[in-house]
Parts: sequence; C-alpha cells; structure tokens
Amino acid sequence: MSTTPASPQTGTDLVKRGMAEQLKGGVIMDVVNAEQAKIAEDAGAVAVMALERVPADIRKDGGVARMSDPDMIDGIIGAVSIPVMAKARIGHFAEAQVLQSLGVDYIDESEVLTPADESNHINKWKFTTPFVCGATNLGEALRRITEGAAMIRSKGEAGTGNVVEATRHMRTILKDIKQLSVLDEDELFVAAKNLQAPYALVKEVAEAGKLPVVLFTAGGIATPADASMMMQLGAEGVFVGSGIFKSGDPAKRAKAIVDATLHFDDPDVIAKVSRGLGEAMVGINIDTLPAEQRYAGRGW
Amino acid sequence: MSTTPIIGVLALQGDVREHAIALAELDAIARPVRKVEEFAELDALVIPGGESTTMSKLAVSFGLFPALRERVADGMPVYGSCAGMIMLADKILDGREDQETVGGIDMIVRRNAFGRQNDSFEADVPFAGPAGGDPIHGVFIRAPWVESVGAEVEVLARLTAEPYADRIVAVRQGNLLATSFHPELTPDRRVHAYFVDMVRATL
Repeated sequence: MSTTPASPQTGTDLVKRGMAEQLKGGVIMDVVNAEQAKIAEDAGAVAVMALERVPADIRKDGGVARMSDPDMIDGIIGAVSIPVMAKARIGHFAEAQVLQSLGVDYIDESEVLTPADESNHINKWKFTTPFVCGATNLGEALRRITEGAAMIRSKGEAGTGNVVEATRHMRTILKDIKQLSVLDEDELFVAAKNLQAPYALVKEVAEAGKLPVVLFTAGGIATPADASMMMQLGAEGVFVGSGIFKSGDPAKRAKAIVDATLHFDDPDVIAKVSRGLGEAMVGINIDTLPAEQRYAGRGW
Repeated sequence: MSTTPIIGVLALQGDVREHAIALAELDAIARPVRKVEEFAELDALVIPGGESTTMSKLAVSFGLFPALRERVADGMPVYGSCAGMIMLADKILDGREDQETVGGIDMIVRRNAFGRQNDSFEADVPFAGPAGGDPIHGVFIRAPWVESVGAEVEVLARLTAEPYADRIVAVRQGNLLATSFHPELTPDRRVHAYFVDMVRATL
C-alpha cells in the first residue's frame, strides 16, 4: 500500500453507469424553463431534461433544432436539486463539450434534435459527463454502448403522444436480448455480425440476459397507463417529453405518472391516479407522419 | 445460523436490484417492499441509493413514514446507502425545505456534498470494525457526506484522499448503518456482510 492515498477518480465507467442505476424506477421529465423544472421536482421526478422546445413544438415549428441556450440550462440547474440532463445533436461533440462545461449531470445525444453528423455519433468515452442515447433495437443499443453511452432509452416517436413506437422498440430490444440468451457460443459470432456490434459485448449481454447499462423507455408516453405498460414490458424507468406540459393539468399528470411508474403492476393504483387528470396531449397517429418527420430513423 | 433473516429493500426508486443481489449472496432473503403491509414480516430493511427527494415524496404519498419511524424506534436494523443515508439522518442540509426523512441517526448530512455528476468519483475508503482490513473501494455518485455526528454515533469510515480527507462517509448508531457510497455497485460484499451480521445479532 502506498502512503499517499490515490486521488479520487472521476468520470469512470462505474460512476457513469452507476448514476443511471440511481435513476431506476423513476420518471425523467422534459422541461423548458425553471418554473416547469420546479413542477417536475415537486411531482417527484428523478431528473429533468432541459430543452428549448418540447418535441411536440419542434414538430410544429419545424426548422433546425439545436442544443438549448446556456442561460436557460443554468436557470434550470439553479432552480432544482435533482439531476439535470440536456440534449445535444447526434454527432455534435462541440455541443456536448458545452453541456459538460455547464455541469449538466447527463447528456442525451438525441434524435429529437436535428442530427449534426450523418455518419458518426459522438465519441462519448472522451467525456466526464455520462451520456444516454436512443435505440430502436439491440444492435443500435450496443453500438451506442460501444461509443461510450452509459444509459440507453428506447427511441419511440417523440412529440406524438402515441406510445406505439416506444412499445415496438422496447419489445424489439428485449426480444433481441432473449434470442441471444438461447444461442450457443458458436452462434454468437454470427449474432454479433448480424447485430453489427462487437462480439465481446454481444457475449456479455447473452450471458447476463440484460444490457450492461440501464434501459429506460421514451417517445410517446402520455398517460399513467402508458408508463405502467412500459414498465411491465421491462423498462427500468420512463422519460416523458411533451406528454406532461402539453396536457391540461401538468402538475397533477406529472405526479400521476410518477406514482404509476412506482406501482406499475398494481392496476388499482393506476386507476386511482388516472382520474381527473384533465386533457391529455392530443397526439398524432404515426401512420399519418411522413417519413422525413419521423425522428426514430435518425441515428443508426 | 439457524434462522435466515428476511431483509426488505425499500423499492420506491433506485438501485434496489443491486442491494437484493448482494443480500441474497450473503444467504439473507431479500424482499423488495413498497407498501406498509409488507413491512410487518421484515427482520431488517435496506434503503437503497436513488434520488432522495423522489424517495421522500413517494414515501409521503403512500404513507410510509409513520411505519418506517415506528420500526426504527423498535430497533429494527436499517442500512442506507447514499440516498438511504439521507433518509436515516435526523437533519439534512441542501435538501428541499419540505424534504422529510425517517431519521434515527443523530447526524447532519449534506446532500450532493461532493458536487454534481461530473464530480462523482471512486476512491478507497478505510472501513473500521469487522469489515476492516483492506480499504473498501467506494463509489460516490452525487453523494452526501456527514457534516457532524452526535455522541452516540460511531464513525466507521472517513475519506483519506484529498481534497476530501477526513470527510465522514460511513456511520453506525445502534442498529442503524449508513454509507455515502454504494457498496451494492461493486463485488466486494464486506459492508453488506457487516450489516447482515448486525441483523443476525438481533434474531
């Protein structure tokens, strides 16, 4: 043993992935200002996602969606004591550097913003701040983890208030994992090729029967029952974007979704918290969304 | 040992699964608990890491605090890591004004004392008592520290590495144990073994 104790090590894998472990069973809410952040914290959110416009407004307004104004992010960091996340564009490592410099607790490399690089995602190993990334299937999740993501969320289809794509992506990721677990070692080589992911990581998932990082759901969750369904499918927690602050009574709905995520397997609780929530966000049928307006196809 | 202790893990939110795995490896029955009626059969409880404001709010919403305080007053062993440490503190700093705790340990705990996530770290922690020997590798995630303790509280660990040298990160008072760090995230089971021994001593 040395006489001088080793300095504390920051930004390690364990510290980044471990942070997401602490969020499990919780709800992370999109907020656009300090006032909304406080409502989210009051409702029992485990973290807030700071962004300039919720996905429903990004859809409505069109144009290029970018990282938020640092003043706005500072305002939210100052307003709440829970962790604050913020979004960077896919591949936009300079936006991510700014977010790290602002001291956000997690960076979401997000398809909701307009991608900045059509071939490369951010090399997330270079950062002290941990990253969460979206995925539609296991191969995509493993590629993001290979790039350094410390948390994965299903992409769903943000800003639609329609849970169908989140369901599809959660089911696909979990089905892909189940299929790996029945393959023998010889077959895992081909599985890795088909998943376009490194063999060592594929083998690790096959043996553990789960991702090596926490898996949340996102993209279209609007009601307590939506949250309950996602948790029953196997999500370890829930991101709610437009669903709360585009509804009639955000404070009440936020708390209802938090309660529903905790008691996800108790329909009596879900029924109770679903009463009198006022209007849900209107929502969009995915079939009517033109291909270029689908966010889940962004990233690869 | 003839009796296998039944140890609940408060499953409101956080890294419940990791604590349950650690306890099961030590031949305890680990049981996630979320409702008052589930507390009755427990010999002990673990309050996991997580977001302490969320845990506190959910415990208020679902009316868990009276039962938790009653069991603590009756001497049920409880171990809290990180957010769990905050829940066991009689007084907290930098929490929300309305943030309730179970209490039981006469200490003042500062929330997020080491800073935000970018300041989260790993460091070796010399641990007193039967868990002693080599230092324990501690994982500190937006962690609290113990600002000060009352006369009845035994300090089990202080950080040695600068800039945090001498900060108190593990304490025990009677049957209550608390750590700032997350032994559930590492394979070393000495802290959980120390707690399970505390529990067995009460059976």
